[in-house]
Amino acid sequence: MPAQLLINIMIALLWTLLMDEDAFYLSTFIGGYLIGIGILFMMHRFFGAKFYLLRVYSTIRLLFIFISELAQSSLLIIKQILSPKLNIKPGIFTYEHSMEGAYELTTLALLLTLTPGSVVMEVSPDGKVFYIHAMDVEESRDTVLRSIKTFEKAIMEVTRG
Amino acid sequence: MSIREIIEWAGVILILLGSIMAVISAFGILRLPDVYTRSHAATKSSTLAVLLSLSGTFIYFWATENFISVRLFLGITFVFLTAPVSGHLITRAAYRSNVKLADISTEDALKDVIHKKDTEE
Repeated sequence: MPAQLLINIMIALLWTLLMDEDAFYLSTFIGGYLIGIGILFMMHRFFGAKFYLLRVYSTIRLLFIFISELAQSSLLIIKQILSPKLNIKPGIFTYEHSMEGAYELTTLALLLTLTPGSVVMEVSPDGKVFYIHAMDVEESRDTVLRSIKTFEKAIMEVTRG
Repeated sequence: MSIREIIEWAGVILILLGSIMAVISAFGILRLPDVYTRSHAATKSSTLAVLLSLSGTFIYFWATENFISVRLFLGITFVFLTAPVSGHLITRAAYRSNVKLADISTEDALKDVIHKKDTEE
């Protein structure tokens, strides 16, 4: 992955040098970088690795998934807070996730705690089970589980490509 | 109305929405029954409030003064990194020091785990 980035910068640098301008212009460098992206996209299968911008793309996608989940679940929480009779049933339930490694686990817990309606209260010692406190277990359990699933898939796309 | 003014208004509306969210989350802290549900209101709704009002400020300064403030983005990033950690730690500490769940709670999957630890010690 870093090899591809280095080659891309090399191509951009070579491009600026071969243009032989009287000063260093950033626009020329960026143009060279774009051409490098094109060359790398055509040649990336020879490196035996995935095209490195795919990972950047899936990171951006994860960000947008997170923002949309944030907006949806915020609306749900606002509805619950502002309803005249407070008919919520809070509770703690377990969830067994399929993340591997410290980074994936931390990212999932962070994103889950950031989305309203669910807080990761405790992680089991082996790190396999989350204990999640939810605002309204019976009603929002399905929505919480659904958003966990989408987060898991998006995180795996970033870390495992 | 020029394009610049329209963008300016978009920023203003974002800031207004953000402050409404902050009010609602404060209202939630007063209304909800126990520590755990209150932490939802305190840490969560305010993340969206911070996101909305800071990005509104960013858009406003960008439209009026052509000033792109990276510090506002850093502010959003750090609030998003620290808010869940503090929320997690507060609820965890509360549960470990035997703060009871509200009476309306329906299930408690953690009880056996923590309780077993207590008897072992």
